[in-house]
Amino acid sequence: MKAVYKKPESLKEEITTYCPGCGHGIIHKLIAEVIDELGIREKTIGVAPVGCAVLAYNFFNFDVTESAHGRAPAVATGIKRLLPDRIVFTYQGDGDLAAIGTAEIIHSAARGENITVIFVNNAIYGMTKGQMAPTTLPEQKTTTTIYGRNPIHHGYPLKVCELLSQIEGVCYLERVSIDSVPNIIKTKSAIKKAFLYQIENKGFSLIEILSTCPVNWKMTPKEAMNWIKEVMSKYFVLGIYKDKSEQKKEV
Amino acid sequence: MKKQLLTGCEAAGEAAIHAGCKFYAGYPITPQNRFPEYMSKRMPEEKGVFIQAESELSAINMVFGASVCGFRALTSSSSPGISLKQEGISYLAGCELPAVIINMNRGGPGLGDVTPSQSDYFQATRGGGHGDYRTIVYAPWDIQELYDLTYIAFDIADKYRNPVLILADGIIAQIMEPVKFKKPKKNLPQKKWALTGCKGRKPNSIKSLFLTPGILEKHNWKLYKKYRKIEEKEVKYEKYFCDDIESLIVSFGTCARICYESIKITRDKGFKIGLFRPITLWPFPYKQLEETIENAKKIYVVEMNLGQMIDDVKIANRKNLPIYFYGRPGGGVPTPEEIYNFIRKNESSI
Repeated sequence: MKAVYKKPESLKEEITTYCPGCGHGIIHKLIAEVIDELGIREKTIGVAPVGCAVLAYNFFNFDVTESAHGRAPAVATGIKRLLPDRIVFTYQGDGDLAAIGTAEIIHSAARGENITVIFVNNAIYGMTKGQMAPTTLPEQKTTTTIYGRNPIHHGYPLKVCELLSQIEGVCYLERVSIDSVPNIIKTKSAIKKAFLYQIENKGFSLIEILSTCPVNWKMTPKEAMNWIKEVMSKYFVLGIYKDKSEQKKEV
Repeated sequence: MKKQLLTGCEAAGEAAIHAGCKFYAGYPITPQNRFPEYMSKRMPEEKGVFIQAESELSAINMVFGASVCGFRALTSSSSPGISLKQEGISYLAGCELPAVIINMNRGGPGLGDVTPSQSDYFQATRGGGHGDYRTIVYAPWDIQELYDLTYIAFDIADKYRNPVLILADGIIAQIMEPVKFKKPKKNLPQKKWALTGCKGRKPNSIKSLFLTPGILEKHNWKLYKKYRKIEEKEVKYEKYFCDDIESLIVSFGTCARICYESIKITRDKGFKIGLFRPITLWPFPYKQLEETIENAKKIYVVEMNLGQMIDDVKIANRKNLPIYFYGRPGGGVPTPEEIYNFIRKNESSI
């Protein structure tokens, strides 16, 4: 009999610690599938963030280290510079990457570090139970914006892909979403392209993935998927923000 | 081998290279700017990596990354920058990762000034960052010793899988002295725990998060055992003129070197004074100091700070001898005459 589906080798047999409807499980699986398909499991080193995904080493079946909050790109820089033939990626949430770790992400991008960044944007702090994130939308209610985020008091959400697209050292930036099957397939292609670019030594790639946090959004998993589609992706517009490789082809 | 005339920053850089260090990340801060400048030239020559980071936070986390994948790694800075690195040092200690951190101490608190100081003694010897941990701390008093201690610091860091600090100061960073080199280390042993890709083995993970109840407590007791072993095995100190003492000066680093000069004057004038110099500030040589003061009548503590080492001297001073403190905080550097005058005043007051 022909196997049409199996669990990727890059995932361990482990009971999930993520909440029902959380996007991390989908994204972990996509990364694991890509790593399997590229045949790079034995030379991949992951850098986990602080936040819900800190436990990534429980799920990924390859080498993974933890890093301090926001510092994953600095840790990845140290690893990749010394082991340039290994595949190094960071997995970071919005608080980790776009608040406390803004300096690290901007400067690793500016240095054009040949790493892949998986940036999971769910517009809220998940692990600490629902405070305002740097990507929380205007009017969105969180435990620290109980009347809704008011840009006058709380500032505006940070658009990471738009921001990084101005940086010369960046090779590839794409914002994707996991709100539907077609978008999940697109997300996987984007992740794969980012890893391929690293294998081809093309430099810094970041994939921003709009993801769900139903528990802290106070929604059902289905409502959460719909919220990405109807609200979140209106503010964080999906698409390729930079692809140096494609640009070169056009010239 | 011929001696080389080098600044402290250069000598420590060479020591790291000779010890097999392949990675340096740093950020400019006076009085140790020569360090990143020098390493930016030397690391590429040695097929190592030099990175000027965007911050001290980033630099120490790059060192964390280098250490995670099994390489010997170094960062250097001065006091305000070392405060920023404390986050990373705590993570290194929690993850049991080796690394060497050099602090060319300047005056504080806050931005302070750029002149030499010993004001980071507490920070260096009591962990420095959050959590229950210790770092091994070496305090060199000249450039040769800075070289020698930096050279062994990498071995000690690897041996115990623990960060090692060198606590020097702005004088040691900038003065030039002749230095005799040691043999460059080659073919260092592989680290089985390192993350290098899981080819041919089970995946490795490095972490300091232990959420399951009781596991962190167990981990901390494991660290405790390691720290007790370090206390037992790694104490370093020197003593001078201590055979017939009535009084003992306790001082470390640059300040001890100045005290050494003042003791020559006091000895010429007939005072029976010796000098005890801890070289490891943690582990502190409590037992050795206790033995040294056995026949003494009083202790002088001389530091370029407000008396931070006195706490440790008191632990060793079970005889309860009177302790007299002479300090120059905020970047002040005493002269040998100044220390001599302080001692003469107190010696003749008995």
